[in-house]
Amino acid sequence: MTATPAAPLQVNTGHGVVLYLEDVTVSFDGFKALNGLTLYVNVGELRCVIGPNGAGKTTMMDVVTGRTRPDRGRAFFGQSLDLTRLSEVEIARAGIGRKFQKPTVFEAHTVLENLELAGARDRRARGRLFALPGPEDRRRVEETLALVRLTGEAHRPAGLLSHGQKQWLEIGMLLMQDPKLLLLDEPVAGLTDEETARSADLIRGLAGNRSVVVVEHDMEFVERLGGTVTVLHEGAVLAEGPLARIQKDPKVIEVYLGR
Amino acid sequence: MTARTSLLRPLLRATPRAGWWAVAAAAALAFVVLPALHLLVAPGHPLHVSDHVVTVAGKIACYATVAVALDLVWGYAGILSLGHGLFFALGGYAFGMYLMRSIGRDGVYQSDLPDFMVFLDWKELPWFWHGTDHAAWAVALAVLVPGLVAFVFGWFAFRSRIRGVYFSIITQALTYAAMLLFFRNDTGFGGNNGFTDFKRIFGFPIAAPGTRVALFAASVAVLLGTLVLCRWLVTSPFGGVLRAVRDGEPRLRCLGYEPLWFKLGVWTLSAVLCGVAGALYVPQVGIINPSEMSTAASIEIAIWVAVGGRGTLVGAVLGAVLVNLAKSWFTKAMPELWLFFLGFLFVAVTLFLPGGLVGLLRSRRPRRPTPASVAAPPSPDGPAEEVTA
Repeated sequence: MTATPAAPLQVNTGHGVVLYLEDVTVSFDGFKALNGLTLYVNVGELRCVIGPNGAGKTTMMDVVTGRTRPDRGRAFFGQSLDLTRLSEVEIARAGIGRKFQKPTVFEAHTVLENLELAGARDRRARGRLFALPGPEDRRRVEETLALVRLTGEAHRPAGLLSHGQKQWLEIGMLLMQDPKLLLLDEPVAGLTDEETARSADLIRGLAGNRSVVVVEHDMEFVERLGGTVTVLHEGAVLAEGPLARIQKDPKVIEVYLGR
Repeated sequence: MTARTSLLRPLLRATPRAGWWAVAAAAALAFVVLPALHLLVAPGHPLHVSDHVVTVAGKIACYATVAVALDLVWGYAGILSLGHGLFFALGGYAFGMYLMRSIGRDGVYQSDLPDFMVFLDWKELPWFWHGTDHAAWAVALAVLVPGLVAFVFGWFAFRSRIRGVYFSIITQALTYAAMLLFFRNDTGFGGNNGFTDFKRIFGFPIAAPGTRVALFAASVAVLLGTLVLCRWLVTSPFGGVLRAVRDGEPRLRCLGYEPLWFKLGVWTLSAVLCGVAGALYVPQVGIINPSEMSTAASIEIAIWVAVGGRGTLVGAVLGAVLVNLAKSWFTKAMPELWLFFLGFLFVAVTLFLPGGLVGLLRSRRPRRPTPASVAAPPSPDGPAEEVTA
């Protein structure tokens, strides 16, 4: 936990799979939040995870980011990095980014500072002391600002942004962080239809170079994203496949879509 | 791309031009004007600055340094310490050991040992007093001891992710425990009397006008140095991470930053600055005893910062100066009311002035009506850009 490797850990995705979750079980006071969950995410894939409340979606993200340790099972990032042994910071440095359900930007920092914070290459205390952003860093920040449509707001404190802008800023921060695997927890909660459409475009643009896992309630949004859908129920996978097939699955209809 | 070569330029740029003028003005006042008025102007003259004023000013400069050090951790990293008096006192005791040794055989018992040891019938110096007759070692101790105590304490506290009010309470307990320890005669620091009756410092008589002025000037130099150093730190990318620690530590971990090292670094630095201030404070007031480690003394430091405005550095100086001037006046005019006033001040600032005095000044500034803003409705500071999605 106190080990701070100078070079980030290398991710080995030679088999085309970026995330392995096998038989993962997490219980809180006897309640099994995850119950033998097995899930694989491929390199460059855009995966949507749906499921009713309490199905274990957020716990799954907590296991992947090192916030929660599973009681049983295996969680690997690529073939060699054991997520159950690495610290949150090591996991983040190895290349897993996460967007929380509520927008969590640094409200007292300006939009620009938020992006610089996320995009810094040397994240050690000593490195931050003497770091000065170079022209390459500035260009990256400017590109990201344009992409998330916040160029005009660059020098405003992030706390003054609208809800939708905060969501985009957070996506911008993830872009700056440039992770190999991106976990998004309800990225369009509370957004207007127009903002949702724009977010879908942004998120589709994120996949390809990196793998994206989106947890979502909004079925329309899931449809717009495309990609494989995994349905969680009571801490395990209930069904997996393209949305069209999932929507016809009688088991899924019973626990989730039927209501 | 990371310019490690030039440290001076970011240091210069960290403080705005007005700030540098203020630093220069304070330096001129402390290094030229006040010494001249004290040493060169005859005592009867209306422009003469008395011993008392020089000593009080030097003392307040030390307090202000402590306030800036606390603002660094509280205002920027969100770590509220209610035990900073401990680090101040440790620095004071470390340098006080040298001052005690400098008394030599001029004490009441005319012994090589400090008076309190003779009184306790000790025959030789405890091991930790060795080397303290050398000023350099005592200065080193004044830096190392607070730094080490802070580092070890901080490492355990921050690693266990103790935060917020829990951390504050533990710092209170820490300084209280240290006070009890220092109250004991057997601890070897003079018990409840502490150290006093100093005669000389670096060979100069400790109460001579020249010595007083030199100590005062050194205190102001340390204060100004602390301000410039902290200003550079909080405006650097490091400072950006510190503010992120304050506002969202879990989020920061997800971005791949380890908050532990940022917190520990700034916490230890803050303690060291307090230690240096304490070392300068003791020769000026002529005494150090365990009451400096009382819980109330540390809370008072937090009040200075709150009154001035936390997260501004300069506000800490303002708060320390104003509250201590008020204290000087109260303890002479109506000593029994001082603690009530202090309590009232804390409640009032918390309720009505969360940004402190500096916050008040800043919020006033843009609202000042200028002819231009009356003529043109959308003022540059106004909410012109608020039309967003």
